[in-house]
Amino acid sequence: MGNKITVKNLNFFYGKDQALFDISLKIPEREVMAFVGPSGCGKSTFLRVLNRMNDTIPYARIEGEVKIDGKDIYKAKTDVVALRRKVGMVFQKSNPFPKSIFDNVAYGIRINRMHSSKKDLAERVEKALKDAALWEEVKDRLPTSAFGLSGGQQQRLCIARALAVQPEVILMDEPASALDPIATQKIEELVVELKKKYTIVIVTHNMQQAARISDRTAFFMLGKLIEVNPTEKMFTNPDDKLTEDYITGRFG
Amino acid sequence: MTMLTAMCAIFAITILVIILAYIAVRGVSAINIEFLIDTPKPVGEGGGIGNAILGSALMTLLATAIGLPIGIGAGVYLAEFGDNWFGNTVRFLADTLIGVPSIIVGIFVYTIVVLPMSRQSGFAGALSLAIIMIPIVARTTEEMIRLVPKSMREGALALGAPQWRVTWNIVMPAAASGIATGAMLSIARISGETAPLLFTALNSRFYNYFFDQPMASLTVQIYNYATGPFEIEHQMAWAATLILVGLILFINIVVRFLTKKKY
Ligand SMILES: Nc1ncnc2c1ncn2[C@@H]1O[C@H](COP(=O)(O)OP(=O)(O)O)[C@@H](O)[C@H]1O
Ligand SMILES: [Mg+2]
Repeated sequence: MGNKITVKNLNFFYGKDQALFDISLKIPEREVMAFVGPSGCGKSTFLRVLNRMNDTIPYARIEGEVKIDGKDIYKAKTDVVALRRKVGMVFQKSNPFPKSIFDNVAYGIRINRMHSSKKDLAERVEKALKDAALWEEVKDRLPTSAFGLSGGQQQRLCIARALAVQPEVILMDEPASALDPIATQKIEELVVELKKKYTIVIVTHNMQQAARISDRTAFFMLGKLIEVNPTEKMFTNPDDKLTEDYITGRFG
Repeated sequence: MTMLTAMCAIFAITILVIILAYIAVRGVSAINIEFLIDTPKPVGEGGGIGNAILGSALMTLLATAIGLPIGIGAGVYLAEFGDNWFGNTVRFLADTLIGVPSIIVGIFVYTIVVLPMSRQSGFAGALSLAIIMIPIVARTTEEMIRLVPKSMREGALALGAPQWRVTWNIVMPAAASGIATGAMLSIARISGETAPLLFTALNSRFYNYFFDQPMASLTVQIYNYATGPFEIEHQMAWAATLILVGLILFINIVVRFLTKKKY
């Protein structure tokens, strides 16, 4: 399969502080790639490079090339709205809108005017909720507030919300870090299911999680990409001594 | 320490209760239907505050219609786009205006509206009230909007929402109950203003539905009754005060309900 995302010689700065150093990485289509590494090493920053979320930080600056489907997303004429629709994001802390469950999922469909009728909208919402494995739990309470859901349900709602705009890539920033083991397991099963249709990049601090769900793992340290390899190799026979030390728990 | 602060709290509450009780005791005897709907009459012939209630309601309504959209708009600007010299200037001016005694707002409106029109009017009164209202609404709106977590905005941006839509249909609804609270409190505040109305709306002995004429208001009517020489006038002042306090209390209770979150 081809590469969905290609990053070449990427440097990233918060004002004068450099957060990412000369990163080159290819992310294949319809696979799960996990980003691991000690906290503060730039995983979130790198993830947010991929949907230009860092644009909201006025003092952020980027050098290098980021291509999705062969197109440089940092070209001046890039349509950021279209990019963010294509590259969805799920955040560390679930962040439902202060709206009903239905309206949460419908939000992206509505703002992007993707539906042809009310019925079509309802069908898209249902499909997204089914794909996020949440439909059965919420189908009788769609008009109620999203804040009434449990933490795990809220996170799956945020996944449904992202799926509803039919993205091709889904970025997940430690999506299960605030959840209990059962809710975490549900998210993990979901990720494995979703990779049939989507390219998924997931940040996790949980090594077992990376081992369980990802096809490839990238290991970051202090803003540098130390190693990227198929997950199995990474966890059994890593190329780099630093990776081995980190995985076997000597770093944290 | 706990004792001391508790005593301060009890002291504050006691004063408040005494004031309310005193107003109620003094005012309640003069209140009847006629008092509520009549216009003022010469001393000894009864008369009431019907036109003053109407005038206060009309001027508060117009002031709110002018002040609320401008105040909320300015607050949204300050919170979302105001991190620059212009925003800082507006913020500083708003804070200054909040601290300015309301009589000065009255003099200002007197100079720019009443003098050129050579007449006091309900419009001039409403305008002074709006000017008092705008900075209060702007600053509370700004604060409420800043309380909306960044993660919620990012969630919408990540779905491809442009900035203005994020502001309009995520941030504003999330801050709505707080903004409404600020708005209601500012309405309660202006409905108790007297000084700026003395110059601008003056007073009227008649029912007046037109903003180009002098207009009665509860507060100015209270002032007139209270400063009159006769005991019966003082009684009517207390009664009108009771009505005014009741209305403000009512607004505050509505605020309480609004602040209960829906989502
Ligand atoms: N908005 C920001 N402004 C300035 N520095 C930031 C910002 N966000 C993150 N950083 C810094 O960039 C580095 C990488 O952070 P981050 O990408 O969040 O790491 P990780 O997700 O791996 O924990 C850290 O040193 C962090 O302090
Ligand atoms: Mg992070």
